[in-house]
Amino acid sequence: MSVGINQLIFVCLAYVVFLFVVAFLAERASARGRFAAILRSPLVYTLSLSIYCTAWTFYGAVGYAARSGLEYLTIYLGPSLVMIGWWWILRRLVSIGRSQRVTSIADLISSRYGKSNALAIVVTLMAVIGVTPYIALQLQSVVLSFSIFATSDGGGGQGLHPIRAAFWVAMGLALFTVLFGTRNLNVNERHHGIVIAVAVEAVVKLVALLAVGIFVVWGLAGGLTEMLARIDASDIGEWEVQSSRWATLTLLSAAAFLCLPRMFQVMVVENDDDRSLQIASWAFPAYLMLMSLFVVPIAVVGLDLLPAGSNPDLFVLSLPLSQNQNGLAMLSFLGGFSSATSMVIVATLALSTMVSNHIIMPVWLALRQGGAAQSGDVRGVIIQSRRFCILLVIALGFLYYRASGGSGALAAIGTISFGGVAQFLPALLGGIFWRGATRTGAFCGLGTGFALWVFTMLLPSFGIDVALSKETFDQGLLGAGWLRPRALFGIEGLDPTVHAVVWSLSLNTLVFTVISIFSFPEPVERLQGAQFVNVTDHAGPSRVWTASVAGSEDLMIMSQRIMGAAEAQAFFRKQTQAQGLSGHLPEPTPAFIEALERELAASVGAATAHAMVGQIVGGSSISVQDLLAVADESAQMLEYSSQLEQKSRELSVTAAQLRAANEKLTQLSLQKDGFLSQISHELRTPMTSIRSFSEILRDTGSLSEADKTRYASIIHAETIRLTRLLDDLLDLSVLENGQVSLHLGQEPLHAVLERAVTTVVSGGEEGLHVRVAPQETHVVLNTDLDRLVQVFINLISNARKYCQAETPELTITPRLTATGLTIDFVDNGKGIAGDEQAVVFEKFYRVGGSQGDGAGLGLAICQEIMERLGGKVRYLAGMQGGAFQVTLPHKALVVKTVPSP
Amino acid sequence: MANGPVFLERRSYRARRLMDAVRLLPLFGLALWMVPLMWPLPQAEDGGIAMSTALLYLFGVWLMLVAMRAVLWWKTARLRERETDAPE
Repeated sequence: MSVGINQLIFVCLAYVVFLFVVAFLAERASARGRFAAILRSPLVYTLSLSIYCTAWTFYGAVGYAARSGLEYLTIYLGPSLVMIGWWWILRRLVSIGRSQRVTSIADLISSRYGKSNALAIVVTLMAVIGVTPYIALQLQSVVLSFSIFATSDGGGGQGLHPIRAAFWVAMGLALFTVLFGTRNLNVNERHHGIVIAVAVEAVVKLVALLAVGIFVVWGLAGGLTEMLARIDASDIGEWEVQSSRWATLTLLSAAAFLCLPRMFQVMVVENDDDRSLQIASWAFPAYLMLMSLFVVPIAVVGLDLLPAGSNPDLFVLSLPLSQNQNGLAMLSFLGGFSSATSMVIVATLALSTMVSNHIIMPVWLALRQGGAAQSGDVRGVIIQSRRFCILLVIALGFLYYRASGGSGALAAIGTISFGGVAQFLPALLGGIFWRGATRTGAFCGLGTGFALWVFTMLLPSFGIDVALSKETFDQGLLGAGWLRPRALFGIEGLDPTVHAVVWSLSLNTLVFTVISIFSFPEPVERLQGAQFVNVTDHAGPSRVWTASVAGSEDLMIMSQRIMGAAEAQAFFRKQTQAQGLSGHLPEPTPAFIEALERELAASVGAATAHAMVGQIVGGSSISVQDLLAVADESAQMLEYSSQLEQKSRELSVTAAQLRAANEKLTQLSLQKDGFLSQISHELRTPMTSIRSFSEILRDTGSLSEADKTRYASIIHAETIRLTRLLDDLLDLSVLENGQVSLHLGQEPLHAVLERAVTTVVSGGEEGLHVRVAPQETHVVLNTDLDRLVQVFINLISNARKYCQAETPELTITPRLTATGLTIDFVDNGKGIAGDEQAVVFEKFYRVGGSQGDGAGLGLAICQEIMERLGGKVRYLAGMQGGAFQVTLPHKALVVKTVPSP
Repeated sequence: MANGPVFLERRSYRARRLMDAVRLLPLFGLALWMVPLMWPLPQAEDGGIAMSTALLYLFGVWLMLVAMRAVLWWKTARLRERETDAPE
């Protein structure tokens, strides 16, 4: 027992100095680009993962084994399975970490769920709450190990004040982390100093534990066989692990291995390539196996040799001491010290990155109204905030240690911490495997899981009547019996840890999935979700910046302040070259800004980087919402253009109609000209003869009576002709102006037709044979019969006048239809040519410009009359000869019909 | 892959089965490590499982998984090397 406390402190300080030197040399080597093969080797990566084995492993595992047998193994089986199954989860996580430049687990979750900073804050706070006890635990273990030496020193612990010791340890760790953790800002650039130091510590703790184990097995127990026999004979000589605890703790440790911020830091953030991960997939389980190999022997021998009541958590240390193996005890102490410090350093680094990126920086950015574009050394601010956060996290750990008074078994605190961070698992796995996972779902799931963890695991761990009253334990929260922290929903008899883990994780998962299914993700979430889930397929841009307005210069200024001038300039130069340009500033293409944002995300996290670039690129940044809006707009435009097309089609139809109308008008104008010359001719001829004959009558005195009579008759006939012409015109104008009044009368159709036929045929010289089809002629009409007869007469006389057949024949066929009565007038002539059919009903039109005695008003009058009578008259094209159809509506017919004769 | 060939040549067939093994190994390990769920507790009539037996079994599985994973890693790494050496 000759290890003095001062000697111990000296060795400890020497070791710390050694670590500082190693870290410093590694930093320098990496800065000069040397020894990259070592710094980035898979071995170093594997060893850095060993921060999973904290003081909880180093000291606590033996205590755990001494208390509950092989149950301690579950803490290492879970991570081993995760590593061996790297292909399933870690491969994806590492790819995502690299492609999205993820800085922490909070960053990953926030980035996956639409770069939501609120989510990042929640995850960060949960991580801080979950990990702080763990940091306190490390401080406690270091202080405990000090105290073992102090008591064995004979001073009875007088030389060591635990709180003061914890304080100095915390200060030392903070200093180390600040020195090597905030040298470079870009988290994705590995912290070589820290990683190498952690790797060295990993070797030290493994060697220390193996050395103690070998000493125990071969030195104290006397060989393997004897050891096994001794194990079987000991208090923990039989398998007595509850099944539920075995399965639950394995699951819990696997979950925590993925979700612990410090594990995420070394496993994903500090990862360089898949090869390291693949080698670690077998090397790390091997490391874990070696770490846990001698735990049971140490526990068994410790229980045997050490006095009853000694703390089994410290067997690793007290066993060599009791055997006066001071060198071994010192090595063991250094192993435990290494476990504690490496964990605290990396955990603090990871947490401080999260707190700084997701809580302090957003607040700082929001407080500065000018935003990222204003001057000011953001880089310095970020580093300061990181340092502040490191101190804050370590201070929290220290305060927790002070408050808890260093009580409780190490393993219990570890399990509680695991339970807290394991709540990230559903959101994490859902985020990388399930595109349907939404931010709302993640929020609710995390909230549920975390609340349950606090209520069933964290608060009860302080003991009855400390955080939760005894009534709450017995009666449930607020007297609700189903809300008992150890028996939720009234299900009793479960092991408290199993109870808490099963309820919190399963309800977390349930709420997460159900809310995800029923909520709708925002566009950024959907894009990020697609990227995360399909990360092994491809990596496309997650959003598009249109930076036509964004000055590359502004971006340059901002990047310099975050990445550092040299790095930023190098990055911009590389991008410029990649674009094939000369000079220093690249074109602000979307691809460039995308790359820049990722680069910045590596320093300040995705959400903050997104916000900062957004501020610079400003109004011209296209968020996905904007993109969708644009898509909406283009959909609208598409619709609009189809409307336009429709309109233009309509217009072209209208234009065609107009052209047709114009043609018709031109034709009409020609007709009118023709008619005017015609009518002037028509008027002139009778006027000439009237004038001539009236002059003769006036000037010639000796005219015979017969001549006088003849001349007067001629004058009379000509005036009649004039009158008729004028009558027709008047008739038409009356009809057109709608001033006509109808004189309704009733008569059978055949009588009306007969009247018309008789009128026409009797007045004609050459014979037109008119045949009236017998059907429907008994129909009684109720209309203006005189007008109708006028129409019929017109049609029949037209046939008489224009039918050029040798034996002209007109067939009149009445027919009752659904709409009324139609009467077809079809002759056997040539009919009317197609182009004339359109104008045949126009005024003053005469077929073929023929010279008849009519004024070309007949059909126009017919049309007007039929319109007045509610029917119509039209030319029937496609018949043998000229064919007109008169249609009368039902209301022009009398329902009562006269029986056909 | 509906459009791909139905049968692969021997080497790519091997490669695929190797990847199957990589994927299945953790499930295999999980199954073996959950075997203790069926072990009788000391209160059982025939007595429990001796600590040494449990220890040997669990660490045996561990060692075997590590070895298998290492062999698989070595094989897949060699496969990849060959692929990069002689791209089709």
